[in-house]
Amino acid sequence: MDQPVPIFRVHGLTKTYRSGTVEVQALRGVDFEATAGEFIVILGPSGSGKSTFLNIIGGLDQATSGEVWFLDQELTGLSDAGLTRYRRDHVGFVFQFYNLVPSLTARENVRLVTEIARRPMNPLEALAMVGLEDRMHHFPAQLSGGEQQRVAIARAIVKNPEVLLCDEPTGALDSATGVRVLEALMQVNGATGATTLVITHNAAIKDLAHRVVRFANGTISGIEENPVRKSPAEVSW
Amino acid sequence: MIRLAPLQMKLLRDLRRLWAQVLAIALVMAAGVATLVLGVGATDSLERTRQTYYEENRFAEVFASLTRAPRSLLDKIEAVDGVLDADARIVRLAMLDMPDMAEPGNLLLVSAPEPQGLNRLHLRQGRLPDPGRVGEAVVSQGFAAAHRLFPGSRLRVLVNGRKREVTVTGIAISPEYIYALGPGDMMPDPRRFGIAWMTDEDLADAFDLRGAFNDVLVKLVPGASPAQVIARIDALLAPYGGRGATARKDQMSHAFLDAELRQLRGMSRVLPPIFLAVAAFLVNMTLSRLITLEREQIGLLKALGYGPWAIARHYVGFVAAIAVIGILIGWVAGAWMGAGLARVYARFFDFPYLIFTRSPQPYAVAALVTLGAAVAGAVTAVRAVAWLPPAVAMSPPAPVRHRKILGGAPERYLRLPQTVVMTARHLLRWPLRAAGGVLGVAFAVAVLVGSLWSFGSIERMIDLTFVRTERQDATLTFAEARPRAALHAVRQMPGVLRAEPERVVAVRFSHGSADRRVALAGVAEGGDLSRLLTPRERPMAPPDSGVVLSETLADLLGARAGDDVIIEVLEGDRRVIKARVVGLSLGYLGLGATTSLSALNRMLGEGAVISAVRVKLDPAAESAFFAAVKETPGAGFLTLKHLTLRRFRDTMAENILISTVVYLGLAAVIAVGVVYNFARISLSEQGRELASLRVLGFTRGEVAGILYGEIAAVVLLAQPLGWLIGTGFAVAVVQAFSSELYRVPLVIGPEVYATPSLVVIGAALLSAWLVRGRIDRLDMVEVLKTRE
Repeated sequence: MDQPVPIFRVHGLTKTYRSGTVEVQALRGVDFEATAGEFIVILGPSGSGKSTFLNIIGGLDQATSGEVWFLDQELTGLSDAGLTRYRRDHVGFVFQFYNLVPSLTARENVRLVTEIARRPMNPLEALAMVGLEDRMHHFPAQLSGGEQQRVAIARAIVKNPEVLLCDEPTGALDSATGVRVLEALMQVNGATGATTLVITHNAAIKDLAHRVVRFANGTISGIEENPVRKSPAEVSW
Repeated sequence: MIRLAPLQMKLLRDLRRLWAQVLAIALVMAAGVATLVLGVGATDSLERTRQTYYEENRFAEVFASLTRAPRSLLDKIEAVDGVLDADARIVRLAMLDMPDMAEPGNLLLVSAPEPQGLNRLHLRQGRLPDPGRVGEAVVSQGFAAAHRLFPGSRLRVLVNGRKREVTVTGIAISPEYIYALGPGDMMPDPRRFGIAWMTDEDLADAFDLRGAFNDVLVKLVPGASPAQVIARIDALLAPYGGRGATARKDQMSHAFLDAELRQLRGMSRVLPPIFLAVAAFLVNMTLSRLITLEREQIGLLKALGYGPWAIARHYVGFVAAIAVIGILIGWVAGAWMGAGLARVYARFFDFPYLIFTRSPQPYAVAALVTLGAAVAGAVTAVRAVAWLPPAVAMSPPAPVRHRKILGGAPERYLRLPQTVVMTARHLLRWPLRAAGGVLGVAFAVAVLVGSLWSFGSIERMIDLTFVRTERQDATLTFAEARPRAALHAVRQMPGVLRAEPERVVAVRFSHGSADRRVALAGVAEGGDLSRLLTPRERPMAPPDSGVVLSETLADLLGARAGDDVIIEVLEGDRRVIKARVVGLSLGYLGLGATTSLSALNRMLGEGAVISAVRVKLDPAAESAFFAAVKETPGAGFLTLKHLTLRRFRDTMAENILISTVVYLGLAAVIAVGVVYNFARISLSEQGRELASLRVLGFTRGEVAGILYGEIAAVVLLAQPLGWLIGTGFAVAVVQAFSSELYRVPLVIGPEVYATPSLVVIGAALLSAWLVRGRIDRLDMVEVLKTRE
């Protein structure tokens, strides 16, 4: 059997926020690895460091110390321009509040990314993947929350990213809508093989993942593997 | 210690937090206040100074000159209905012979006024000439300064062909010569032209006018009609060579001051409204955004029990605070610029003092108008939120609805990048605001176009007047008309390469009910030194018969080519002739009428007579020529084109330079004020989207480009509109400033549009650079966590 390709390798990652004389240690030495195509759910209470972790491996924030490797590139050594390049070429983001551009339609929001991506898929293909091809001419304000989040997923995966990072993607949605969004994420993960990391407060989602990573007090407090993954329809909250 | 209410604390903190925007708006308001204070204040100051000066020195209201009349005639003039007081005096032009000046200049010799007389002098130094002594004079201040003359200095003049020594006894200024223009000059030149007040007896002896006079000043009974008095005086003076009396409004110095006042008044009427309109727009735009951002806070305040008026008062207070900052800066700037303007006046006009008005009125008016504009800008923004029920205010506003432009067709066909689509739709989502921004920037362009056109236009006037019309190097004008033989004498002078005769006579033209006093010139046939130009700028020969009128004169008379006009000659036998207008000519300075020398001599019936000679000079022999002129009997004055032109250019250059610097500053204030606020608000509205784009992998430059695209669209759209409005300003200025003294051609070259555009685009780039830091600092992490 082939050795699985490690997408992320993280060693001794720390992050300290300074505000005046007060220091807050958000991450205290995190070691982590993720392989290609994995679907990982990150759980943990507020302030446990999970968002900080996602921001650093997503190239949105700089580490205080430690190493983060994406394939053979060390993210912790990159400048702001290097991190921008990394996000542009390799990372898809999905946010809790969708963050769509309100003046652009669904298709145009997706196209916004294809215009700067190296090897994008067709915007329509991405929208079809999340089941929204018939709503593509609608503006965000004309779409429901779940639909907006699916547009955001289409926008995140249209560049064919190696990683898809989702911070509370169902946090603003009710259960039924959330399920549809999770279905879309799993569908995309399966179809594109993008390593998918999903942060959530919602423990019910953990059954969908290959692996579940738990954060507490700025460190990883436990990792468990799911021998059998459930489908989104089987979970509820 | 003062305890501030919570809302007052919030107001102060808002001002501090938004200081850059507050300052940008306050500066636009300050520009409006300053131009208003300056314009109204300076007009008021100049008017009051002139009025006080006139009253204190009993400046006359009617002026008449004649050849020679017995002193006894004065009683008849004083007896005319409407005349309060009249003075008879002697006024003659003498040629100067100054050791520090090669070319001859002129000194206007005037009888020193009696202590109780009209046009009294304001003595600056020394004393008036002693009635018992001969050869004493008080000289005008500018002339004394130009030649470093003091009481006791001596100078040489040529009086009636004889050299005379004059001793300076004092230095004075007079309300009659606030703007002292020498004969044949276009700008005052105190070096070459001065006034010397000597005793009446002294002048009477020198000019053979004992018991006689050649000039009259009249002060009117309050309410008397100048026109009626002038008609009676003209009738009395006609047998004595009267050349037609004029009212004060046509007195040279007074008329030039009037032109200056008209310019100032124009500035104070046009500029402040522009600034205040722009300021009101900026207030509205900024406050609307602030209120949108604070909508939930407003809901909360209302839930706590604050009424709508308290909320409205708070935001109006915020705006009023900006206005107060603007007003204070404007007051200081206006007072400072006013003092600067006063210094310019002091240099240019001879006033004994300058009453720079300390009246609070312009300051109060400026403050009230500015506050009014600010509050007007705030009203709609405040009304939209202060009266919302608290629950509605606390919930987020309905999402902004966007639409495709024209159903999306242009975007499809042009295959526009999505970032461009974003920019276009964001602009068009608030079309009034976008239009306001475009109009604001257009005003900045227009203010500059409206002032920069004058450079090219004045060059054009110079070209037409001094290169294409007046082609001589010098003009020697005789004190009185002389036989044609005088031309041959001039041709014999050293350095004269070419000489052409000319006859100029004072006449009154009338056509229908309109009439004007002008100089009618008879120019040499086949000559080359004085050219007539058609309105299309083609040279034309002087007519064998009939007259050519300058366009301005023809307009004033309502006469066209082919019409007959009546010419009343104001010299010699005062004949009245009917003449045909055979053409119109181009001319920007004064009112002119021209015919050929022979036609004029025929009209006057005086035989071959000339009054001036235009000459082309060999530059190497200039000083010999000057010396010869000084020796010429009957020489009146010499006009040197290069000196006139240099003086004109220097004065214009200085005045225009000052005003251009001021206008550049004002335009920059508008441009930065509009663009910076526009950019800040756009960034505030789109900050979240732009940060999201950064997360998606857009570079800082690409994200800044989206915002800059919006600014660029506003700034570029504003250019043609600004050119258009600016051209309108220029046309209005040309119309407002053209007078019988001068007219300015409107010439707008490409640089008149290009320079303002470059300046305004420069100001826009500066504003863009000022917000760049904020774009670079967009917090990517924050947007992931917060709902708008």
